[in-house]
Amino acid sequence: MKISKEEVEKVAVLARLALTEGEKETFSSEMSSILDYFDKLKEVDTEKVAPTSHASAGRNVMRGDEVRPSLSKEECLMNAPDANKGCLRVPKIIG
Amino acid sequence: MDLYRLKIHELQEMLQRGEVRSREVTESVFRRIDDVEGKVGAFITLMETEGLECAELADRRIEGGKQDGLTGIPLAIKDNMCMKGKRTTCGSRILESYKPPYDGTVIKSLEGHLSVPVGKTNMDEFAMGSSTETSYFGITRNPWDLGRIAGGSSGGSASAVAADECIGALGSDTGGSIRQPAAYCGVVGLKPTYGRVSRFGLVAFASSLDQIGPLTKDVRDCAILLTAISGHDRLDSTSVDIAVEDYVNSLDRDISGLRIGIPKEYFAGGIDPDVEKYVWDAVKELERLGAAYKEVSLSHSEYAIAAYYIIAPAEASSNLARYDGVKYGYRASSPEGLLDMYAKTRSEGFGREVKRRIMLGTYALSAGYYDAYYKKASQVRTLIARDFDEAFKVCDLLLTPTVPAPAFKIGEKTGDPLQMYFTDIFTVPANLVGIPGISVPCGFSKDGLPIGLQLLGRHFDEATLLQAAYAFEQHTDYHLRRPSLDAGRGK
Repeated sequence: MKISKEEVEKVAVLARLALTEGEKETFSSEMSSILDYFDKLKEVDTEKVAPTSHASAGRNVMRGDEVRPSLSKEECLMNAPDANKGCLRVPKIIG
Repeated sequence: MDLYRLKIHELQEMLQRGEVRSREVTESVFRRIDDVEGKVGAFITLMETEGLECAELADRRIEGGKQDGLTGIPLAIKDNMCMKGKRTTCGSRILESYKPPYDGTVIKSLEGHLSVPVGKTNMDEFAMGSSTETSYFGITRNPWDLGRIAGGSSGGSASAVAADECIGALGSDTGGSIRQPAAYCGVVGLKPTYGRVSRFGLVAFASSLDQIGPLTKDVRDCAILLTAISGHDRLDSTSVDIAVEDYVNSLDRDISGLRIGIPKEYFAGGIDPDVEKYVWDAVKELERLGAAYKEVSLSHSEYAIAAYYIIAPAEASSNLARYDGVKYGYRASSPEGLLDMYAKTRSEGFGREVKRRIMLGTYALSAGYYDAYYKKASQVRTLIARDFDEAFKVCDLLLTPTVPAPAFKIGEKTGDPLQMYFTDIFTVPANLVGIPGISVPCGFSKDGLPIGLQLLGRHFDEATLLQAAYAFEQHTDYHLRRPSLDAGRGK
């Protein structure tokens, strides 16, 4: 399946990636050949086969709603690229 | 005596008997690192000061008569496991200066033993790669031939063990990232059953496949390290509450009567002749030791790579959405608004292979393609699991080569992602199915490169894997050979 440059651009928007022109070209050809290879799966009859999303037996794990110690605000913010007055700071969103 | 050359179990005894101090062992390891790290490039961050401090504490504990398993033993940790206050990069620019505010569960376990941290090892960026060539921090070389790759993504841990830059190491395995570099570097590497070891504090790549495990100089060390990190953890709800067996004391159980399955699809062609020869020699050796072997069929094997390279990038694209330049990690400078900040940050912070997989994963999950790719791959995953279930009805273990050929040359496969992906052909099924697998040295190619034998077992049956691997190792000497780094064959 041929992935056009336009499709690459669409996926890049979904993935929040800003690709260079060169990367768009490369990804267009690489993704095309990789997806061609994935087409191999079409040979397999999967009618009535349930999908597996996890390697361990699916069961929900519950716990009591108890207050436990957690990271302090300082610890949570110590790796932030931009923090101020106990908050994360980002570029202006509302005009 | 060169203490850095010793194994965990040898040092345990010497430490217990007071013949050596952890401080001496630790110093010996760091002098070894001074000598060879420039050639190998196994580490991203070295921790000599912390290591020596910890060794002193360990020596005091041992003097007090409390050597428990790993006390005082210098270990290296793959740089995707969070260690409180210590830089944890995942081989990526986006986490170049990230210092976790907490310890991962395996790190806590090791700290409880007072093992000695040597440093954080190099890896493919976010564990995405099969050669440790995609790290932002440079390439790790194979100690057996410096012109060749160490494998990946735990290439730093494997080469650090092979080059005696640590006594043992932890890696992580999502599609072969422990077993494959272990095979290429001539060391032992084990991927535990999914859920055996807590993933809390392991930076996520593909959450349904990731598992932490040991890389060591022999099988006994592997059992020791596995015992130390295994067990249920309430901080990882996918870890399983099944009792941890005594992997060390059950090692020398007799393997006669053990039924070994040889999956015929794995030997259908495309295997290097040296690899094929030594793997069959191993089969014969195990037969001589009383095991019986028979051919089995895993008929969906040829679809494993395609299924894996849809599922893993799909999970990765979702997991890596958290790197947005807001909460931690790299942020691009002077963005035009929030969306531009996300896109610029991610584009500057991630390398080529990570971007490729995010793109593939996003595509496979996107509206209109989900059924054709992600759902289809998840159904094929079910069929692959059924193949293994059937095989384990008639045998106790499966035996295969770990990789189709010995280590390739640096740069040989970087231009062709699919060729790189194919090196994982024998290792990805264990992750898709969740079963444990071990790679042990079983020979050397004509060029003197290590060859690995893979054993796969039933869910939570690490004990049988280790017993068979140990029996094989006791009757061969491949694990005793060490690379001669002084020869400097590579460039």
